Amino acid sequence: MTQLALVIDLNVCVGCHACVTSCKEWNTSGPAGSMSDDNPYGMEPTGTFFNRVQTYEVGCFPNTETIHFPKSCLHCEDAPCVPVCPTGASYKRESDGIVLVDYDKCIGCKYCSWACPYGAREFDEHQKVMKKCTLCVDRIYDTNLPESERKPACVMACPTSARLFGDVHDPQSEVSVAIREQGGYALMPEWGTNPANHYLPRRKTRLHIHEDELVRADNPLKKEQRKPSGPVTEPTLDDSTSW
Amino acid sequence: MHPALSVIFLTTLIGVGQGMFLALFTGQSYAAAQFLPAQDSSGFYGAGSLIALTFLIAGLMSSFFHLGHPERAWRAAAMWRTSWLSREVIVLPLVMMFVFVYGVMHFMGWDTVIATTDTVVTFHASLLVGALGSLAVFTLFLCTAMIYAAIKFLQEWSNPLTVINYLLLGTASGFTLATAFSHAAAPDLLRFYGTWAIIITVAAFITRSASLIRNTRLKYKSTIQSAIGVRHNQIVQKSQGAMGGSYNTREYFHGKKAVFLQSIKWIFMVLVFALPILLLVAGMRNNNIMVLNAAFIVQFIGLLFERWLFFAQARHPQNIYYQTV
Repeated sequence: MTQLALVIDLNVCVGCHACVTSCKEWNTSGPAGSMSDDNPYGMEPTGTFFNRVQTYEVGCFPNTETIHFPKSCLHCEDAPCVPVCPTGASYKRESDGIVLVDYDKCIGCKYCSWACPYGAREFDEHQKVMKKCTLCVDRIYDTNLPESERKPACVMACPTSARLFGDVHDPQSEVSVAIREQGGYALMPEWGTNPANHYLPRRKTRLHIHEDELVRADNPLKKEQRKPSGPVTEPTLDDSTSW
Repeated sequence: MHPALSVIFLTTLIGVGQGMFLALFTGQSYAAAQFLPAQDSSGFYGAGSLIALTFLIAGLMSSFFHLGHPERAWRAAAMWRTSWLSREVIVLPLVMMFVFVYGVMHFMGWDTVIATTDTVVTFHASLLVGALGSLAVFTLFLCTAMIYAAIKFLQEWSNPLTVINYLLLGTASGFTLATAFSHAAAPDLLRFYGTWAIIITVAAFITRSASLIRNTRLKYKSTIQSAIGVRHNQIVQKSQGAMGGSYNTREYFHGKKAVFLQSIKWIFMVLVFALPILLLVAGMRNNNIMVLNAAFIVQFIGLLFERWLFFAQARHPQNIYYQTV
């Protein structure tokens, strides 16, 4: 079974919000209709987004670290938002594991958003239906696009390649290898939602140089150098030998 | 969570309707076994059902204000296999139907005797409808409460006390209404309903207090560390991904200070439990309809406060991602 998902590398994310804007651009122009905004150019702009980037500061000054944290629907394998939907508008696709909302069936009761511990769903205040990340389902299967572009808009936009996209059930896929080899983890594992999206942790690249490696008795770099001459107190070979 | 007025009114209004119907059916059952004097069919059971039905319809109307697309509400009956909300959507009209049929049978006098024991007990057809209706009422209490209790990460709600409280608070308000109603329609039953109203109100006080105590002692499973997956006990949020707020900052926060919540708690403790009990006792002593009406009105207003706090107290784990709201 396929389970498409994103893997987000927190070690690489620079918090540029390119994924946020490209997501909004693609999805607001899509066949499902716009993602409405209120007051977009005013003091307090607010609107519907599928993806947001938050920023956290970890540690105490001066030992702090800034973590940019992109946050979208995790397409949980045991999605708690799906069974609570009274109309069946919220569903998880058998074929690829994407959790979607049928905007024509949604009655806008908001119960699914209460049942998502991550707050991944956003209610569209104008269309009065619940919205969420679709993993760009209208893009990833579009055969009119070149194969290299059949990825979610956020993945395409990321300038640092912090976002990987693929099938987390295929052990050889790029995402599975990344999760396996780089310590990918799920958010809030305590609720058993089994999120498909994973995050790769911050990784420190540290160089460990031992003193031995700096000053070595048998340093090969010194092999060709002239040996230091000893003190000339005794007669040398030169003194006793006639040439 | 942000308490929605529509849901507050839905749950409190149908609670009254359900409790009122249970009161009527209890009265009739006791009368059938001759524990209580039988009452006028249309004047008491019929009119009482009409009152219960009015509350149920008002609750249903209120629920539509919660929906983004009320015209599609019929779709909500589809997923009864998995969704408690869907089950509620099915059971609520069922309860209304039973109350309606029960009322009509009493109004029209279509109430044939279907069985009798030697002399004492007489089973009318309406008793059967009433029993089925009561079963539906209990199911509806279960469905309504389970909508909240079934969300396991809303730890304030995810507990059997939620179901017990919905049942007892709804029934208490229904019996208080029945007490006020019986003053005019069935004076013989005034003390019966009044006493039960007090007993159920006291029971509700115990269980609701238990849930309040439980809420103060909750240990939340989700932390900022598990939410973003960073092991450090000093994590400060610097940006939330939105300038003017978002659905996430509006829907899940009540936006009130802790002092406000505390005061709501004491207001409803007085209005739902203390004052109605005093008014019920005084009303029964002096046989005063105004005092009994006041008991119901005060308790219902108190329940609005109680329901507000029920929603406001629930802390959604997504709020961890919005530390500075």
